[in-house]
Amino acid sequence: MQRIILIILVLFMFTSCNKDNGVSQVQITFKFSHNWDGTAVSNANFNSIIYTNANGEDLSITKLRYLISKITFEKSSGETFILDGYNLVDVTNNTNQSFTPITTIPDGDYSKVSFTFGFDNDDNYNENYIDLNSASWNVPELLGGGYHYMQLEGKFIDNTTTETGYAYHTIRAVDNSGATQVFQDTFFEVDVGAVNITNNATFNIEMNIAEWFKNPNTWDLNVLNQMLMPNSSAQIMMYENGQNVFNLESVNQ
Amino acid sequence: MKTWQVHIIIIFFVCFSCDNESVERYFATPSSLDIPKLFEDNILAPVIPIDNPQTVEGIALGKKLFFDPILSIDNTLACVDCHAPENAFTDSDKFSDGVDGIFGNRNSMPLFNLAWNYDEKFFWDGNTFSLEHQAFVPVTDPFEMKSNWTDVESKLQQHAEYPSLFEKAFGASNIDSSLVTKAIAQFERTLISANSKFDKFLLGELNLSPEELNGFNVFMDEAKGDCFHCHGSDKNPLWTDNIFHNNGLDETFADLGLGAVTGDPADNGKFKSPSLRNLEFTAPYMHDGRFASLDDVINHYSQGLKNSSTIDPLMKKVDQGGVGLTDKDKADLKAFLLSLSDYDFINSK
Repeated sequence: MQRIILIILVLFMFTSCNKDNGVSQVQITFKFSHNWDGTAVSNANFNSIIYTNANGEDLSITKLRYLISKITFEKSSGETFILDGYNLVDVTNNTNQSFTPITTIPDGDYSKVSFTFGFDNDDNYNENYIDLNSASWNVPELLGGGYHYMQLEGKFIDNTTTETGYAYHTIRAVDNSGATQVFQDTFFEVDVGAVNITNNATFNIEMNIAEWFKNPNTWDLNVLNQMLMPNSSAQIMMYENGQNVFNLESVNQ
Repeated sequence: MKTWQVHIIIIFFVCFSCDNESVERYFATPSSLDIPKLFEDNILAPVIPIDNPQTVEGIALGKKLFFDPILSIDNTLACVDCHAPENAFTDSDKFSDGVDGIFGNRNSMPLFNLAWNYDEKFFWDGNTFSLEHQAFVPVTDPFEMKSNWTDVESKLQQHAEYPSLFEKAFGASNIDSSLVTKAIAQFERTLISANSKFDKFLLGELNLSPEELNGFNVFMDEAKGDCFHCHGSDKNPLWTDNIFHNNGLDETFADLGLGAVTGDPADNGKFKSPSLRNLEFTAPYMHDGRFASLDDVINHYSQGLKNSSTIDPLMKKVDQGGVGLTDKDKADLKAFLLSLSDYDFINSK
C-alpha cells in the first residue's frame, strides 16, 4: 500500500500543471482526417475504384502518406513558438494520424497557427532523418536529394478503359533539362487561422484529397500519372493544387 | 521543505528501495550486434526483443542448431541445407526439397540484416511475426524438416552437449522449443551484410566504375529503373522496404501471396521485396524462383510486366511491358546491382 501511495504521489508530480504568473504550458495535438469532397476516407476505402476526380476519371487510392513539419504558433506581438519535430502521416497503415509534439506552449491568444506541408529547404537538406530513411522517404540526389512531401498512389480508368497506376508524388520541383538544375520551392505553409488556447488543445485538420486533382489545375491522369518526380511543371501544379487541400475542422480543448 | 524537494526524495526512495525477495537469475554474456556504420548513420536501430537479448552463448548455440540436422525428423536436414552461407543463406535451387524429397513451392529466402525488418513480418508472404516465431515453422513443416517439437526437445535433452549449452545460454536445464527458436534467432540476427563494393563507395573508400555509377542512376531515376521506391537507396542501405508488392509477374495468380494471409483480395499476388544485396549469390530470383539470371529479372521490369488488378501503381508503362530500358542501361544496372555483393559476408560464417 505504501508503495502505491508513493507511485500516486510521483504520478501527481509529473501530471501537475505548470502554471507561473497565470500562464499555463499546454500540450498541442494535431489530428489528421481525410475525405474526398466530404466523404470520409480511410484505408478501409483503399484499393477500390470509387472516386471520381474533377477531370471525370474514376480512380482508387492504394497509398497515401505525407509529411508535415514546423507547427507554429504566432502571437500578435510577433512572438513565435515552433513545435519541435515533424510527422509522417501514413493513412495506408493507419499510423501517425495524430501528432503530439513534445514541446509545450503557453496558453493564450494566438493570431496565427500554421504548419508546413513537407519540409522547408533548411529542414529538407540539412538533416539526415533515420526514421524517414527507414521508411524509404528519400528523394534521389539526381533530383536534389532531400525527402518526399507526399506519396499518393492508386489506379484510374484511363481513356482506353484500362486500369492504370498513378503515382502522385510531391517533392521540391527541379528542372533538370538545362546544364544546371533549377529548383522551385513547393513546400507550403498551411495557415489555420487565429486561436485562443485555454488548455491542452487538439487541432482537427482535414485533407480533401480530391483537391489535389481540382483547383486551379484540373488534373488529367491520362497525361500526368507516373514519373512525376522529375517533372518540374507537374510538381508546380501539385503545389498550386495543394493550397486548398487542408482545412481546420475544429479545435478541441 | 519545499514540495519539489519532497518529490525528489520520494522518487529516489522508489527507485532505490530494496526488493526483499532474493531471486537468483542467470545472465549469459551480453553480445551487442556489430552495427555497420552506414546502418548506424542512416536507419533506425535493429529490432531485438527484450525477452531475447543477444548473448555470446545464445548466438553460439543458435549457430550450432542452425547447422545441425537434429531438428529434422530423421536427422538428415538442417537449416543450412536450404540456407547456405555461400549463397547468402539461400538455396541455389528454385525450390528446396524436404526430408521426404518433396519440393516446396517458394524459393528459399536469403538470410541477412533480418534485425532491421522493422515490421517483423517474415517469409515471402509475411505470414509470421518475429524472427523467433519464424524459426518455429520449418521444423514442423511437412515439406521441410517434418519434425514435431516433442521429439526435437527430447533429442536435444538427451544429447551429450546441448543440455549444457542451453544451460549456459539461458540458465535453463529444461530444453523447450521457445529456447531453440530464441537461440536460432539470436544467431540469425548476427548475419549482417554491409561490406559490399557499393558500401565502400558510400564510405569514401573506393570509386565505382562509370558503368556502376550509371547503373545506380538508372536505379534511382523514376523515369528509368525507379527501383528505389521499393528497394532502398544510398540512404536506406537495406536495399529493401520489407513491404509487399505485386511487381507484375502474372495476370492471374497461382500463389496469392500476402492475399492468402490477409484474406484481402487487394493483397493477392503481393510478395515481400527482397533485399538487392548479394544478388550475385542468390539466384534464382522471385518468390517462385522463376528467373534464373539477373538479366531475366531486369528484362522483366523493362519489358515483361503483366497487368493485374493488384499490380503496384509504381510499375510503369505496363501496357508496353515496362519502361523499355536500353541495352546499355540494362548492362549498367546489372553492374550496379553486382556492386552490392558482399564477399566478406558469404565467407565469414
